[in-house]
Amino acid sequence: MRNTLATQPIFELSKPGRRAARFPKSDVPVRPIEDLLPERCRATTPPPLPEVTEPDVVRHFTNLSTLNMSVDTHFYPLGSCTMKHNPKRNERLANLPGIADLHPYQPDDTVQGLLQLLHELQGMFAEISGLPAVSLQPAAGAHGELTALMVAAAYFDDLGEKRTKVLTPDSAHGTNPASARMAGFDAVTIKSDSRGLVDLEDLRSKLDDQVGVFMITNPSTLGIFDDQVADIADLVHKEGGLIYLDGANMNAILGIARPGDFGADMMHYNPHKTFSGPHGGGGPGAGPICVTEKLGPYLPAPVVCQHDGRFALDYDRAKSIGRVRAFFGNVGVLVRAYCYILTHGADGLRRASENAVLNANYLLSRVKHILPVPHGDRCMHEFVATAGELKKTKGISAMDIAKRLLDFGYHAPTVYFPLTVAESMMIEPTESESKETLDAFAAALFRITDEATELLHDAPHTTAISRPDEVQAARKPVLKWTSA
Amino acid sequence: MPYTFNTPEDQHAMLDAIGAASIDDLFAPIPDSLRLERPLDIPAAMGELELTQHMQALAAKNEHAGQKTCFLGGGSYDHFVPAVVDAIASRGEFYTSYTPYQPEVSQGNLQVTFEYQTLICQLTGMDVSNASLYDGGSAAVEAVLLCMSVTKRSKVVTTASVHPEYRQIIETYFTHLDAELITVGSPAGIVSIEELEEAVDDDTACVLLQQPNFFGCVEDAERISGIAHEHGALFVVSCDPISLGQLKRPGDLGADVVVAEGQSLGSPMQFGGPYLGIMACREKFVRRMPGRIAGQTTDRRGKRCWVLTLQTREQHIRREKATSNICTNQGLFALRAAIYLSALGPQGLREASELCLQKSRYAIEQLVADERFELAFQQPTFKEFVIRDTKGKVADVLAECSESGILAGIPLSTWYPNLSDCFLVAVTEKRTKHEIDQLADSLTRASVDDSVVSV
Ligand SMILES: Cc1ncc(COP(=O)(O)O)c(C=O)c1O
Repeated sequence: MRNTLATQPIFELSKPGRRAARFPKSDVPVRPIEDLLPERCRATTPPPLPEVTEPDVVRHFTNLSTLNMSVDTHFYPLGSCTMKHNPKRNERLANLPGIADLHPYQPDDTVQGLLQLLHELQGMFAEISGLPAVSLQPAAGAHGELTALMVAAAYFDDLGEKRTKVLTPDSAHGTNPASARMAGFDAVTIKSDSRGLVDLEDLRSKLDDQVGVFMITNPSTLGIFDDQVADIADLVHKEGGLIYLDGANMNAILGIARPGDFGADMMHYNPHKTFSGPHGGGGPGAGPICVTEKLGPYLPAPVVCQHDGRFALDYDRAKSIGRVRAFFGNVGVLVRAYCYILTHGADGLRRASENAVLNANYLLSRVKHILPVPHGDRCMHEFVATAGELKKTKGISAMDIAKRLLDFGYHAPTVYFPLTVAESMMIEPTESESKETLDAFAAALFRITDEATELLHDAPHTTAISRPDEVQAARKPVLKWTSA
Repeated sequence: MPYTFNTPEDQHAMLDAIGAASIDDLFAPIPDSLRLERPLDIPAAMGELELTQHMQALAAKNEHAGQKTCFLGGGSYDHFVPAVVDAIASRGEFYTSYTPYQPEVSQGNLQVTFEYQTLICQLTGMDVSNASLYDGGSAAVEAVLLCMSVTKRSKVVTTASVHPEYRQIIETYFTHLDAELITVGSPAGIVSIEELEEAVDDDTACVLLQQPNFFGCVEDAERISGIAHEHGALFVVSCDPISLGQLKRPGDLGADVVVAEGQSLGSPMQFGGPYLGIMACREKFVRRMPGRIAGQTTDRRGKRCWVLTLQTREQHIRREKATSNICTNQGLFALRAAIYLSALGPQGLREASELCLQKSRYAIEQLVADERFELAFQQPTFKEFVIRDTKGKVADVLAECSESGILAGIPLSTWYPNLSDCFLVAVTEKRTKHEIDQLADSLTRASVDDSVVSV
């Protein structure tokens, strides 16, 4: 039963004189505002915000929340995003006042507990990646990519080399080439071969002394571990280049293989994926990066260091690229990652990855006869199926299937990414789902692919809205509410 | 392993279905030579009770703003957060969802984003807002990149009174781009207009101003806007959202792009993040804007609804030609800001900001009552101000205040060698008269102690 009054835009609920918050009278002597602020900068009226009561606010936003699917409420197999369970304990612990109510410029001696935590976390990230030097500063995965590429550029500067190119596979996430450009490099695309792995021929033909960095996602966005990775690293290193590992898929290999051991010089984690940070409807994330010893000096300042049992923020880093964000980083997200790692321990992390890979392979084995997986019968933590055949024979697209899944109470997989597979559906179940859920999801897919094409074209049928007109949205953008 | 379901029986059944002999078999694609042959060297697993105790012990080694009175600012503030913000933002339907790629099951997040964009436009006086960037600093750098792309110019002029860390971020981003950052001095606490006039020319992409500035002083934004526009440069304002209950909106002063740190709008300080990067601009720049944007449309039945739109700006479509590399943003903190602004409304925002203004003025008067301390800049201020210790012993004074339970201010020596005898004090609506009096007392005490020692 939807409360459509409450879910009107909040501006339509506004009535002059209503309010939800009231502040106390000033307990200090009050001066006329004219004495405090010159007229040229003084506003005569406050901004025209809506005027609503607390019950309005509560009912409005609570009703809106019920229009979302979420991990707490639904299976959310959104490939590449690792929508695993978000532990409630982590929320409570990150919100302890001794953590949430700390100012970033407090003196080090008043935040020893937090600095200790962050110092330990640097060590954990280094150990899990096999790359010893860590910066916790970047705010998300893409920000970590950019930061690491700037680290690479500073390193080449120091060597007196001018390297202009960053190579990214055609299956790479869009952030990779976008980060390359923002760091001042030209992004060059490397083809995938028929197995979905890096095409070594194409790589060789594009590799020269102008190449600064090869960015590889391994396991790849196709959910395959590229076993050529060590050879690729050798090739790139021989030309003097560096290997960047996009760590979005670390959930497949925790405690099993380490990027630093298979040739990576730099990487980022997405703690909001791998280490269970809630995705927050779009963010926040964090993008801590780990690099080799020789690249360590170029990391952003500050890093957390320890001297004689005291923890401190070290700003004194002569070769550092500088800052990439204000203050320390997305600490709240990092604290949750710390809690997640401590909850698991070494054995637990490994078993989380094993079950993530088991769940993905199981689901693959259940659905491959109706949704073929072009790159083989096995996968790591996710797989990319194609609706290409269905499109040809029945006119059913990946989008149709995605939309119809919503009617069955499942969030859709990632569709139309990676770009290298037509009508792609990227499915990542994660370890925090049961066999029963996977079976039920597979059964829904069986049913859907058997349904009348028309029914699918019009799906979803049971959600709050039917398919929105995205063309109209882009052609005549309405990006804010205005009174009628 | 509290979050996995698979029993040994499940695992067997699943392996059978897969046709694999063991879980290890599934990892066959990873060559043995690339595998880790030992357990990770990280602490042993903890149950929830142990973890809770461990975290409580760590938290107890910190002194938080409920224990030490916080007069620290500099871009992160101890403002009051109404309970309604936490209550709603802790709903799992909000915080455990992701980017609204499937609008039919994400109308909650999409409508919140649309409302957030509207609220930010109302607050700043701008035409359009995006769905959020990482924080105030990254929003500032994205804003100058936007201006460079619009104007096809590569010089950016800013002022020493802009947050020094924001300027450092821009420097970092500029290192390997064809771009130049020029910083005009602010010797009197606000930017030197003469110097600024000299620095801005026809190669200038934009002028980046902070209002109120890093020292808490109010700049003559309208004049500076005029200087920028005279040369065809754009005007970027980084503002304190709370100040807009009293100060003119940047959009009413000629700003082309407005950025802000949104932490003040209902989010905890959390040692610096996650926060909220606010960005709003004039309509004509919307297709150059970085980040996600929600827009209104209709569904097949003609019902009003919301979607992510103008996505051809973004990395997942345009890759290296995108306006930015940003993907994950700060959605949850945009939600918090939307709830906060709705809860306060125009009157609440006005009250909160007036309390900041009155209390900080009172604090200035109390602090400078001791001759040793003076207001460094004779300028109108909003909620922050710079105090000079005429004896130049800022570190000692602040340490003594900290001893007596007060985080009195931020030493400016970190960023401004010529202001090494100064510290920055922030007074939010939360600070009581009693706390301000205590701050004044403890500064006076520090000053007395100091004179005893130096005898
Ligand atoms: C493979 C891959 N790389 C990079 C990213 C970017 O990470 P973030 O969204 O945290 O910036 C993502 C996230 O969506 C991803 O899936």
